[in-house]
Amino acid sequence: MRRHLLSIDDVTPDDIGEVFATAAEMHDVQRREVKKLPALRGRTVINLFFEDSTRTRSSFEIAGKWLSADTINITGKGSSTSKGESLRDTVLTIAAMGVDALVMRHHASGAAHQVSQWVDASVINAGDGTHEHPSQALLDAYTLTRRLGGLEGRHVVLVGDLTHSRVFRSNVLCLIKLGARVTVVAPPTLMPSGVGAWSRAAGFETSYDLDAVLPTADAVMMLRVQKERMSGGFFPSPREYTVGYGLTRDRLALLGQDVPILHPGPMNRGLEIAADAADAAQSVILDQVSAGVAVRMAILYHLLAGEGSAA
Amino acid sequence: MSAQPPPSPEAGVPEGRTVLDERDIARALTRISHEILERNKGAADLVLLGIPSRGVPLARRVAARIAAVEGVEVPVGSLDITMYRDDLRKHPARGPQHTEIPPGGIDGRTVVLVDDVLYSGRTVRAALDAMNDIGRPDVVRLAVLVDRGHRDLPIRADHVGKNLPSARTERVAVRLSELDDVEGVWIS
Repeated sequence: MRRHLLSIDDVTPDDIGEVFATAAEMHDVQRREVKKLPALRGRTVINLFFEDSTRTRSSFEIAGKWLSADTINITGKGSSTSKGESLRDTVLTIAAMGVDALVMRHHASGAAHQVSQWVDASVINAGDGTHEHPSQALLDAYTLTRRLGGLEGRHVVLVGDLTHSRVFRSNVLCLIKLGARVTVVAPPTLMPSGVGAWSRAAGFETSYDLDAVLPTADAVMMLRVQKERMSGGFFPSPREYTVGYGLTRDRLALLGQDVPILHPGPMNRGLEIAADAADAAQSVILDQVSAGVAVRMAILYHLLAGEGSAA
Repeated sequence: MSAQPPPSPEAGVPEGRTVLDERDIARALTRISHEILERNKGAADLVLLGIPSRGVPLARRVAARIAAVEGVEVPVGSLDITMYRDDLRKHPARGPQHTEIPPGGIDGRTVVLVDDVLYSGRTVRAALDAMNDIGRPDVVRLAVLVDRGHRDLPIRADHVGKNLPSARTERVAVRLSELDDVEGVWIS
């Protein structure tokens, strides 16, 4: 693996296979009484989050701790950026303390990439604006691989607010890299502009008709409607969104009973996903969360443990 | 995910002088199995943990011999030590291999660690650390197919297939039919 994880473009299918194999072992460690491995003893991992997060930040923190790294959380609100310090000064200040990895979430697309050029530490992009969220894509693919036995030729359907979704971008890249057939579904107003050219170049399909796509799905991933990034006008009402694109009880019946349902969280229950679907036996939403820790342990291990990693 | 260790990067017959052939290995493992039983006064509470890659098939073979002699299926597992190595930072990060602790665990058991070659003793130190995070055995013993000397740490084996005096510059290669296309021990 390279020194940073900024985009799924940074990793090869071999890297992904290595991360998955390590994650499977880490999954076993999660079930142990003593959840501690000494691999990153003496390393320091800083979680620098300028946007709210529950699962990404806490799972990176747990992942670092279980590998014996020292992990520290800094949030935008509690840092000097709220006093007017620039991102560059904040990051250089933290780097000057001698950190080995910076796990970063920022509302600007490309922020992690920019930061990686300022510091010697490994930078892990934990979400930059509407651009990418590579560790989420890896844990989703890991969850699916374990559930489906492999992704080659499997049909994965992504549904929801694609315009504002970094999870969508990283997931499409990752799933295609692993040989899956991908269809993305959204209302026309939430389909990103330029998706036509990208889908032709990358080799995935787009659709506005969820009911037509669901019967052939091997897995379906619901994406959150990101109210905080919308200044209104994308759909007439929440009810209308649910009728057209929500995974409702009626649509659940269109899915095979063993077709896994994913959602990267946090869910808007009743909007993009009905409680019946979220809590269905075929829902792997909580598996995603537990895979999150294992996959992030694997990412930290491969970026930081060996020679040539940031010291 | 596959539980199998990755295929050996060195295919074919290793260079150098043959120290043990297939039958020598079989005899050494039979003797080790009897020694373990003798020392333990039977198979009670025994757990065999192989250290990947080649300690694992060796542990399975010892278990099969114990089953043949005593009629008891001794629990066999594997104990990966990658993340416990003291030289982890000196090499590019290698993915960990499979750790599998038998369902009964290792608490209060007599654990016999099984590895192919005993050299510096650092692998065994790492294995003792790794075991510490998993449970507390009553007794830990060490069985190795080859002891080539040159210890860096105060560690010794309880059961040795062959003591092999060697120079530090020499290479000892072990190949087992479960993982490799040939079987034997070579020195070059």
